[in-house]
Amino acid sequence: MLEIKNLHVKLEEEDKVILKGVDLKIGAGEVHAIMGPNGSGKSTLSYVLAGREGYEVTDGSATLDDEELLEMEPEERAAAGLFLAFQYPVEIPGVGNMTFLRTAVNAQRKARGEEELSAGDFLKVVREKAKTLKIDADMLKRPVNVGFSGGEKKRNEILQMAMLEPKMCILDETDSGLDVDAMKLVSEGVNALRSEGRSFLVITHYQRLLDHIKPDVVHIMANGRIIKTGGPELALEVENNGYADLLDGVQ
Amino acid sequence: MALPQVKQDALAARIAGLSLDAKGWAANARATAAERLAAQGLPVRRDEYWRYTDPSSLTKPEVSGAAPDLAPSFAALDAVKVVFTDGVFDAGASDDLAAAGIELLSQADADIHWAQGLYGQLEARGQNPVERPLATLNTAYAREGLLIRVTGKAAKPVSVIYNQKSASSDVILHYLVKLEAGAELTLLESGTPGARFNTVLEVDVASGAKFHHIRTQGPDAERRGVTHIFAHIADNALFKSFTLTAGGRLTRNEAILEITGDDSVAHVAGTVMGDGKDFLQDDTIFITHASERCESRQVYRKVLKNGATGVFQGKILVKQGAQKTDGYQMSQSLLLDEDAQFLAKPELEIYADDVKCSHGSTSGAIDETALFYLQSRGVPKRRAQALLVLAFLAGVLEEIEDEAIAAEVQARLEDWLHGLTD
Ligand SMILES: Nc1ncnc2c1ncn2[C@@H]1O[C@H](COP(=O)(O)OP(=O)(O)OP(=O)(O)O)[C@@H](O)[C@H]1O
Ligand SMILES: [Mg+2]
Repeated sequence: MLEIKNLHVKLEEEDKVILKGVDLKIGAGEVHAIMGPNGSGKSTLSYVLAGREGYEVTDGSATLDDEELLEMEPEERAAAGLFLAFQYPVEIPGVGNMTFLRTAVNAQRKARGEEELSAGDFLKVVREKAKTLKIDADMLKRPVNVGFSGGEKKRNEILQMAMLEPKMCILDETDSGLDVDAMKLVSEGVNALRSEGRSFLVITHYQRLLDHIKPDVVHIMANGRIIKTGGPELALEVENNGYADLLDGVQ
Repeated sequence: MALPQVKQDALAARIAGLSLDAKGWAANARATAAERLAAQGLPVRRDEYWRYTDPSSLTKPEVSGAAPDLAPSFAALDAVKVVFTDGVFDAGASDDLAAAGIELLSQADADIHWAQGLYGQLEARGQNPVERPLATLNTAYAREGLLIRVTGKAAKPVSVIYNQKSASSDVILHYLVKLEAGAELTLLESGTPGARFNTVLEVDVASGAKFHHIRTQGPDAERRGVTHIFAHIADNALFKSFTLTAGGRLTRNEAILEITGDDSVAHVAGTVMGDGKDFLQDDTIFITHASERCESRQVYRKVLKNGATGVFQGKILVKQGAQKTDGYQMSQSLLLDEDAQFLAKPELEIYADDVKCSHGSTSGAIDETALFYLQSRGVPKRRAQALLVLAFLAGVLEEIEDEAIAAEVQARLEDWLHGLTD
């Protein structure tokens, strides 16, 4: 599904190197988690995959089902099936959440040569999915993320994911800011989407989320590299001991 | 103070082709205006009030332009349609004014009338503290326009439709609107009056009356125009004016509002789309609060690109004793590239101590983070840009109370935006 090889990334405007050779391979239907200290480059990796400006790839590649992602526009990556749930979802005053969702869904369908959803069909689907995420009609009417609480923003990300049905989902700290019930809700939303053809990369600091969304593989990222890869037990180790031992092992 | 010879010459050249109506019902007001104009002369770039906008193409004798082919903006609405073709009332193309259910007369047809006491009066009051010679010229020389008097709630809006056929039409139109106590009227304007135009709208809003004004200008490329709204607002009254402007070489929209009664509301708002270095649009607003507990709003948003220039000069004057005034002024621009510019001069002058007044002006580029967010959800970049621009501009449409009219304006906005963001 997703294959990242020797990815090196620096900031475009500065000489600061952030990713220093990331290798990662996620097979179809797998769930991988990335943990790692603050500032290690996890969000940068997700932004670079999604196509945000401001970064320069100096080496390496990233492919989604053998298509080179790094040469595509962000919207093309989305149409190819990539989705990033943002660590900090963006507020867009003046653009209604519903308009936003429908524009996105139909733009992707169009890019893939599929028929656009009618207003009626769209409304039906979105209402149903919003309900399972306990997103009320009022939130759908409001401008994108404007005035949403931290947790509401995160749930809104999952709603977008559910509507867009991507094949490669990257969740960047979707658990941060969620109360216990919301965490369950969001995890259920994610688990409902788990399928053979869909893979997940879950970035998180906490084992708690991984209790709900059980990963197949856990990676530890530090200082721009994946320094260790293991099974779910690796997350427990981090939870109990922090990163010190792992980092010592590398240096 | 005698006018310098160059100014006298410029004025003489400008009015050479115009004739002063010395016999009609407004002859006195016109003669007085002509005298005032002779003392004022025409505006020049050196005048403080024209520092951002060169008035020379509005004042020179000759006119050039093109005849645009514009679809009327409010065609779908049920309204009394009044058509002016190249600045002349077009009875054949208009609805029957006599059947409108309100007093609605073409200025050219009017006889001695209530209008006599109003024509040029609000304009003359609005010449202080800043002179507005182009409005004076209008009062003196306008031969066309409408006289509207409403005593109750008008059943339908009056929709003025401008039709420009000649590429060099030079149009002067003067409107009088008199809203008697408790009356209500919506006035719409759309299209381009002429290659060059000068319109004055004098509105007298009596106690408890409501006036709504919504107009669209453009999206033709060549027009040059200056408009003035002079309003006198009594107590418990409402005045709202909204303008959507696209295209044109030079558009200066002035609004001079004087609130003299307590507990009234006055809003002026505008949405502007400008493209190209030949585009200049200027909103110049002067709102005077002379009474208590009144609210005024100035809300302007402009999207500019390719060297287009937007200007905003806005002032709130709160006179002594105008306690509990709530004045708000906000002008914002979205610059789509580095060549576009927005020039703003916000002013507050306050002589009362218990008031709430705020003003602000911002200028910025498209929010890259929001753009990326939209793209990351599969929305193509251009579409995403258009969405963000529309979101910025559409915020002002909230100033239009009537939903059907707001929807019409929104449709025009989206239509015209395609040209800007494609
Ligand atoms: N646009 C930028 N400008 C300057 N520094 C940046 C930029 N983007 C990332 N960095 C820096 O790169 C490093 C990695 O940041 P990144 O956000 O990827 O970390 P992270 O692993 O997601 O951290 P956290 O766990 O706190 O979310 C940090 O030191 C950060 O300050
Ligand atoms: Mg991060």
